[in-house]
Amino acid sequence: MSQIPPLVAAVYSERLTRRNESVLTEIWDLLDQVKDPEIPVLSIWDLGVLTQVEMQQENLLISITPTYSGCPAMDTIRDDISSLLVEGGYQNFSIKLVLSPVWSTDLMSPEGKANLQQYGIAPPVSNASCNSDECLKISCPHCGSLNTKTLSQFGSTACKALYQCQDCNEPFDYFKNF
Amino acid sequence: MVMTMNDETKQAVLNFTVRLGDDAVVMGHRVAEWCRNAPFLEEDLALSNVALDFIGRARMFYGYAAELANDGRKEDDFAYMRDHREYQNLLIMELPRGDFAYTMVRQLLVDVFNLYYLEQLMKSTDEMLAAIAAKSIKETRYHLRRSQEWVLRLGLGTEESKSRAQKALDDIWGFTHELFDLDELEQQMAGAGIGVDNGSLKESWSLKVKAILLEASLTVPEDGWKVKGGREGYHTEYLGQMLNEMQCVHRANPGLEW
Repeated sequence: MSQIPPLVAAVYSERLTRRNESVLTEIWDLLDQVKDPEIPVLSIWDLGVLTQVEMQQENLLISITPTYSGCPAMDTIRDDISSLLVEGGYQNFSIKLVLSPVWSTDLMSPEGKANLQQYGIAPPVSNASCNSDECLKISCPHCGSLNTKTLSQFGSTACKALYQCQDCNEPFDYFKNF
Repeated sequence: MVMTMNDETKQAVLNFTVRLGDDAVVMGHRVAEWCRNAPFLEEDLALSNVALDFIGRARMFYGYAAELANDGRKEDDFAYMRDHREYQNLLIMELPRGDFAYTMVRQLLVDVFNLYYLEQLMKSTDEMLAAIAAKSIKETRYHLRRSQEWVLRLGLGTEESKSRAQKALDDIWGFTHELFDLDELEQQMAGAGIGVDNGSLKESWSLKVKAILLEASLTVPEDGWKVKGGREGYHTEYLGQMLNEMQCVHRANPGLEW
């Protein structure tokens, strides 16, 4: 390893700045309650799906970006945002699906990645620190061993691959670097 | 971009976008047919996930088409309410899934094509098409990694896996030429910087495909017969049957959502 990987990717920092500089803090905070329906330890903020919260005239505009094109969770996420806002007393809002800039796992929050690990899912190796297959050593979320192998490039959902640890023998999901 | 398009260009972009949706939905449906039929569980999951990517891609294209059409049609109308003569997908997408070798060989040929095609479409002057391409190409790279590995495994596996992969290749090869044809609409779109000059992709496609086939010790078929017509709505008999199955629930319950 000649380079020390950055702690967070630039795309994440930009998103974080957007949130920190926003005057709509309560909305961002409220939306932390919306979780990925498949991985309930990840909020849509952690996942990188929530990209912008802004006021356009009298209307609250929430921008979200899809993870995988065919991910069925997106429809659920949209519905969850909508019901949460209605419960919170917000009436004039719209939810916009934006494709650009394209979602990547670098948009995920460091807290989210830590939560994934604790939950038993190996978090994605950062795009910023790795550009080839060779450096993609996936660490077992159970025992921490790097002696792991791919069982299948697709796991229980599009975003995960199936791995097995060759030291503790536990199979586990790896949230793919994407 | 959308705001400044004149009606004629808008109609052309709409037609062009619908075609890309057709390619994706038809391929997605074929791959999805493996759901609960794959040789083992992991492969079942993998194929279903690949299928979902294609169907998601189709939704993005059809969704954009609906936006351009602005006549009340939704993405579902494009997928479910058009007959086979109106579908303009490339024929290779609609071929029945066949055996596992057939599915994987077709997947490889399509994945390599998509890789180069989407790379160009990402540069489209149409921002929406460029965004869809940027999203899709990441998925295609994953698909290709898998289809490539499978073709190697099949070619270098047993006598039977090799002969099945070779037969699939011989049966499908004649459908690959259509990938690089441009009709009037495609020429217009490529010329305007919106679409892609498919013809220019042929060399890279051939090089990459042939290298993989060589490594898999499979024989590259000779360029003999060619079939085309998908872009004009002339299809194999299989598309009608596939659409029948794909569309029957929606047509029995128009506008149904779940």
